[in-house]
Formats: sequence, C-alpha cells, structure tokens
Amino acid sequence: MTRETTINLLLALLLLAMPLAAAGLGEPFYVTLATRVVVLALAATGLNLALGLGGLISFGHAAFFGLGGYVAGILATHAFNAEPLVAGIPGTTSMPIIWLTAVVIAGLVALPIGIISLRTTGIYFIMITLAFAQMIYYFAISWPAYGGEDGLSIYVRNAFPGINTTQPLPYFLACFTVLMATLLLFRLVEGSRFGSALQAARQNGTRLAAVGIAPFNIWLVAFVLSAMITGFAGALYADLNRFVGPSMFSWHMSGELIVLIILGGKGRLFGPVAGAMIFVCLEYVLGGITERWQFFLGLILLGIVLFARGGLLGLLSGKPRHA
Amino acid sequence: MFTALLIEQLLNGLQLGVMLFLMAAGLTLIFGVMGLINLAHGSLYMIGAFACATVAAATGSFWLGLIASLAAAAGVGALIEVAVIRRLYDRDHLDQVLATFALILILSEGARWVFGSFPLYLDIPPQLQGAVPLPGGGQYQLYRLAIIAVGIAVAAGLYLLISKTRLGMRIRAGESDREMIAALGVDISTLYTVVFALGAALAGFAGALVGALQSVQVGMGEPVLILAFVVIVIGGIGSIKGALVGAMIVGVVDTMGRFLLPSLLALTMPAAQATTIGAALASMLIYVVMALILAFRPSGLFAAQS
Repeated sequence: MTRETTINLLLALLLLAMPLAAAGLGEPFYVTLATRVVVLALAATGLNLALGLGGLISFGHAAFFGLGGYVAGILATHAFNAEPLVAGIPGTTSMPIIWLTAVVIAGLVALPIGIISLRTTGIYFIMITLAFAQMIYYFAISWPAYGGEDGLSIYVRNAFPGINTTQPLPYFLACFTVLMATLLLFRLVEGSRFGSALQAARQNGTRLAAVGIAPFNIWLVAFVLSAMITGFAGALYADLNRFVGPSMFSWHMSGELIVLIILGGKGRLFGPVAGAMIFVCLEYVLGGITERWQFFLGLILLGIVLFARGGLLGLLSGKPRHA
Repeated sequence: MFTALLIEQLLNGLQLGVMLFLMAAGLTLIFGVMGLINLAHGSLYMIGAFACATVAAATGSFWLGLIASLAAAAGVGALIEVAVIRRLYDRDHLDQVLATFALILILSEGARWVFGSFPLYLDIPPQLQGAVPLPGGGQYQLYRLAIIAVGIAVAAGLYLLISKTRLGMRIRAGESDREMIAALGVDISTLYTVVFALGAALAGFAGALVGALQSVQVGMGEPVLILAFVVIVIGGIGSIKGALVGAMIVGVVDTMGRFLLPSLLALTMPAAQATTIGAALASMLIYVVMALILAFRPSGLFAAQS
C-alpha cells in the first residue's frame, strides 16, 4: 500500500466518522457541513476527470453543476404543484429519477459544448467554456418561469426509496455512497485503456495522434463524462440546500471547483475530497472568526499556488504524480 | 423617433465598446507580452473607480480624481506585479487563473474593508453635464460622447506608443522573442512591470470614467472583466487591433441586441412574451457570437501569435 493510498483511506474514514460522531452528539449542523464537503468533492471529482487526467481546464463546469441543480428543482416544483412538465410528463420527487435525469441532461448539454470548445486549445478553451457557462447563467437569470434571479425553493427534500432523506444523517450517507462509487469509477477509468489514452492526450496530443488515437474523441468522451458527474453533484447540492439559484451557474462556482482540485492535488483520486475538506473547513473556521474571511481565503490560496505546488496530497504523499 | 432611438442605442453601444477596449487593451498586452491570464484586471478597474470617487469627494474636482485613479491603479498594478504576478510567468495557465482568482478575493474584500459595503457616488464633471441634440430629434448625454472621444484618443495614443516609440518597440520585441531581447540587454523584468502598470492604469481609467455613470462598488469589475475576456478572445489574444474590433463588436451587439430583439420577437408573438424571451436571448447574445466566432476561427479574428 503506497503512502497516498493510506492517506486516501484515512481521509475517507475521517469524512465518514465526523458526521457519525456529530449525529451521535446531537449536532446535525456538522452533518450538513460534511454533506456539503461530500457534494462539492463529487462535483470537483467530475472536473478532475477532465482537468486532472485530461488536462482540459474547463472554466465552465458551473454550467453542469447548475443544470443538475435545476433538474432537481424543476422536477420537484412540478411534482409539488401537480403540473405536468411538457406533453403530460409529470414532475417527480423521486431521487433516482431526478439523478438519472440530471446526469443525462448534463451529458446532453456537454456534448455540443465539448464539440465546439475542443476545437480550441489553451486560454481559448478556458474562455470558451466560461462563455458557455455565462450563456446559461444569464439565461437562468432572465428566464422568469423558474424563479429567474430569485431561484427556486424545494419545499420538502426529495425522496429516496427506503431512506428517510429529510434527516441529515441518512442523506449524508446516501451522498457519501455516491461519492465513493464515483471515486471507484474514477479509479477504473484512470486505469483503463481509455484512461491511459486520456493521460497521454494531456501529456502530448500530437504523439497520441501519431500512434493512431484521435485526441479529440478521447477528450470529448472525458468532457461529457466529467460533466455528467458534476451534474449529478448539482442535483445532490440542490436537495442539500433545498434551493437552487442562478449562482450555481456563476463563474465563481466554476472557479471554486478548480480551487478545490488545486487545493487537494490535481489529477489525484482523493484530491477533490481533500480540497473540499480544506475549503469547507476554511470557509467555516475563517467565517466564524472574521467577516472578512474571503480576504484570508485569498491569501491562503495564493500561498498554496505560489509555494505548495501539488496541493495537500502532494505535500503529504511526496513525489509529484505529474512530473 | 425610431431613428433617434436607434442612433442613441448605437452610441451607447460605441460607448460600451470604448470602455471594454480600455480594459481589453491592458489584458491583451499583458497576455501578449508576458503570456499571463490576469483575472484580477477587474479589481484594478474597481480600484480606479474607488480612487476617483474618494479623491473627487475630498477635493471636489473630478479631474484630480481621474489623475488619482490612474496613479492608484498603476501603483497597485506595479505592486502586485512585483509581489505576486512575477512568480507566475513561467507557470501554466491553471496556476495563473488560480493565483489571480485569489487576488480578486483579496482585493475585493480589501476594498470592502477600506471603503465599506455601501456604494460611493461620483458626479459627472460640470463641464460635461448636459446633452447634445441628435439628428432625428433625440438628445444624447455629453459625458457619454466625451467617453467615446477619450476612448478613441486612447486607442490612437496606444497605436502610436506601440508602433512609434522605443518602449513600444521593446513591447513588440517582448511579444515575439523574450529571450532575445533580454540577451540584447533590455531589462526584461522592468519592462514587464511597466507593461503591467500600463495595463492597470488603462483599467483604472476605465473604472473612473464609468464610475460617474454607475455607482462605485465592490464587485463592479467582474462583469466588465468577463466581457473584456470575451473581447480579447474574439479579437485574438495579444492583438491590440483585435481588442479594438472585438470591443466594438461586443459593445454594439450587446446594446443593439437588448434594444432590437424584444421588438423583433414582438412581430411573431404576444408582446409580454416577446419582452421576456427577447431579454433572455439578448443577455446571452454576445456569448453566442463568441462561441460562433471561436467555432470557425479557434484563435480569434486577428490571432497575433501561433
């Protein structure tokens, strides 16, 4: 077992143990905080697939995060008001159906965005993904049917068969299971033939093309898969807060997802988990000490970018993964 | 009446375009010469506006405020270049995005700390108050016309600076081969600081000019920053000409879209619906234009570098 695997196991156990202890002590707030960590980690794991493995710096993943959230919000609202969506299809409060829809919609939207964006590289790719996210952001703000600027409330958290999701702990466990399953999927993808091709595309697309694999197709699949995971996280986030708003689409959200990955360690399996743990803790601890917590968050981030390359996991487990 | 309205909106589009050019010129210079993505450029815009509003309130003179905005933005720009940005030149884009994102957090929260959360107000200088009659029977704010004129003058000045002066020659040389000009004995790190401060001063100047039209508040730079990025990406990063053309496209398309789309849609659907859908589409329009341009010309209209 390598040092990084040990650290990963410890992180997973810590993430599981904290809310269990908090629930035992009757502190549901900390369970919700841990759920926030899990959901953000899931969203960033999606981005990590494109950014960490494939080297695609998407500055627009908030689009997929928000789409997942709005799928949950819109389906739940229609079910609540007993209005059919379109063509007589009813809304739903069933989480499995919402999750599936969120993943499919995020993937369907990511496909054309990916096809157009992947024609560009470097800073142009960063900016065109940002442009697509901004398009959806402004659409969500000015489209009045689903709350516009005010967003949508989900009055009762959606239901999962056999689980009482209105309680913080069962909902945390559901999200935690999803995160662990996704991390397993990430590991499988990373080790697969596709994963090798994706990492080769990051290191040198021309060389990959020379051995007969078109990097475009590899990147496109990775981009769509990555959007689907982030969309899933969006649906969970909506149910966590029982609210969706256009801020889920904002470029700050996209920036935050990148921050999570860098904080934890880019391209590492548990990088987003470590990143989300640090980020939420910083937010909570600094937010408790001073109103100006963003100032200090900025200083800490700056310090990490300038002096701790490789993030927390890079610091703890030594040798860089990406030489 | 419609022609007057049309001319007014066209001028508004030009005015927005000119402001965006002031922002985008700095961004594109910094990217062209140093290869740096500077997300904190919007914060320099905000600093310019705050400096102008504070000095104008203290001295009663808008013009002193304008000078203060140039000095403050250039000063803060030079400071962060020396303290932070300098370490990022040989990093990848991801590190640059992240570090300058952190700078936004620091500068925004810092500004809120110093100036408070309430917006400041800046009056249009008395010499430029009033309106000018338009052909077709409308009136147009003199101040906005002055902004357009100033923007055109700055564009011309930049052109002369880049193409005719020694500094401009060094900037162009830095864009094409930085090792070579360093080898020829040009102090490259001073050049970088100067270019960064110049870009910052342009952003601060833009902020001060706009500050008299809107309220001066924390976060005012961010929408402009994103638009300025759209501009330089459309124009081709590193190209001042591209920034000018891109800024005009974005300014006019955005303004005219908001003005025309609702009325165009009203021809095919009920008025209330047309207003909502038109507004929604108009706010997305420039991003659609950008995606279209990049889909067909993946490195912008006037790509300066390979």
